[in-house]
Amino acid sequence: MPVIRTEGLSHIYSRGTPFEKLAIDNINIDIEAGEFIGIIGHTGSGKSTFIQHLNGLLPPNRGKVIVDDVDIASSKAATRDVRFKVGLVFQYPEYQLFEETVYKDIAFGPKNMGLSSEEIDRRVRAAAGFVGVSEELFELSPLELSGGQKRRVAIAGVIAMEPKVLILDEPTAGLDPAGRESILGNIGYYQRTTGATVLLISHSMDDVARIASRLVVFNEGRIAMDGTPAEVFERAEELTAMGLAVPKATEIALALRRRGIDIPQSVYTTNYLRKLLINLREGDEQC
Amino acid sequence: MDSIIRIENLTFAYGEDFSPAIKNLSLEIERGSFVAILGHNGSGKSTLAKHLNAILIPTEGKVYVNGMDTSLEEHTIDIRRSVGMVFQNPDNQIVASVVEDDVAFAPENLGVPSEEIRQRVDEALKSVGMYDYRLHAPHRLSGGQKQRVAIAGVLAMEPECIVLDEPTAMLDPIGRREVLAAIERLRSKKGMTVILITHHMDECIDADRLIVMSGGKIVADGKPKDVFTQVETMCAEGLAVPETTELIYGLRAAGWDVPLEALRVEECADAIAEFFKKDK
Repeated sequence: MPVIRTEGLSHIYSRGTPFEKLAIDNINIDIEAGEFIGIIGHTGSGKSTFIQHLNGLLPPNRGKVIVDDVDIASSKAATRDVRFKVGLVFQYPEYQLFEETVYKDIAFGPKNMGLSSEEIDRRVRAAAGFVGVSEELFELSPLELSGGQKRRVAIAGVIAMEPKVLILDEPTAGLDPAGRESILGNIGYYQRTTGATVLLISHSMDDVARIASRLVVFNEGRIAMDGTPAEVFERAEELTAMGLAVPKATEIALALRRRGIDIPQSVYTTNYLRKLLINLREGDEQC
Repeated sequence: MDSIIRIENLTFAYGEDFSPAIKNLSLEIERGSFVAILGHNGSGKSTLAKHLNAILIPTEGKVYVNGMDTSLEEHTIDIRRSVGMVFQNPDNQIVASVVEDDVAFAPENLGVPSEEIRQRVDEALKSVGMYDYRLHAPHRLSGGQKQRVAIAGVLAMEPECIVLDEPTAMLDPIGRREVLAAIERLRSKKGMTVILITHHMDECIDADRLIVMSGGKIVADGKPKDVFTQVETMCAEGLAVPETTELIYGLRAAGWDVPLEALRVEECADAIAEFFKKDK
């Protein structure tokens, strides 16, 4: 049984006005427990609209969202439950910090779930650990932290609710390479340790290529591709036509193919490309 | 060298209790050149940028723009006319509800006659490819379009130099491409001095000069080819090198004779293809 299933999911913005826009159109997808999925698409492709349906923030105009075998629109209780089962971290989540201290901010979600203070404390410490926020920061005001630390605190606040599914919208936007690497590492560690399902929205192909086991590509409100990174990047030309950047390693591989060097198209990391090239040449020598 | 900006022993701290964000930095920037400044968060690159049009004044040392000392208030307006700034977040830089009004904001404040404002606004919007959107509402534009409107707003002041502080950090790949193309036109068509602050390696490849900052100091300075080939230095500073360089560096480590300076994808593929031919 998939943890999330959508059936015929569609959403229209500003219905009945001149700005009416079909944002997502008949989306059918099964997401299995424990998957790490990268969701790719350029601005306006429908990916953010899609994820906002997965925890009931947007109600579908047509179709259904089924979480744990329950239609999330079937009852008020189901709609409330899904907010705790599916945790959503928005873009630039650091703008949403509001409590007096880091500890209180991370504790806000679990507190609203009506948990005991011991349980809240356990979750705050565990969540902070996952994202690398040290306990020395707990009594500081979030305003005293650096941008990268603030973002970690905001992510910890969602992780502390221990959602079955964690969705992050562009968690590395605006960070430098070191910050990006570190946050992606934290998310990967969280996923491996807890076995949670993770959906990561990104327009950095290089990021998702390395970390996700399945990629879903949105284009013009529909799912254009769905498969392993190797399967998706094999269609590099189509991705480029959609206005998406393919990983640099894929670009180099394509350029080498144009020069008659026999490299499979599904290359998407520099490491792998280097190994392939070296193997190719050793093959030559053996001939 | 004909310098538009000259920095002498600049040190800056955000307060007495803070350690300096910039430490004893000296630098000259040649008129008409395209300079990229690369560094990770906290390296001091944005602090340096804010010194270039007197948003920040040195704690110690001097910054001169066209020979004018930025610490003297009498020069502030002239300095800000000479050096325009574009920031990371396009939403924080737009003030009006119609694109062309937004672009006209600065020249209006400078007291430019209205005939000339019309002309400047049209020209600025054309040079960033946003003329067709002049009557649109900025909040309905994409991030890349908004950022180009912000650039047009700076161009309408007709500065000699434009400083862009991570202008593409919040944009998607299409928006990035649009903004970079607009910057490229400023250089090639208008011959403006462009200072681009970024942490995207590939945005630096076309620069005349690449400056790498770390810990408030300059740790590398030269042509992009020369800087990126210092792979060990870059890694020691916690900075990545372009993937093309990373690949060739790895191949060279395996004993391949491939030139490390091939930064662009096509150059890199050429160099590898050449090696394959030679070896057979």
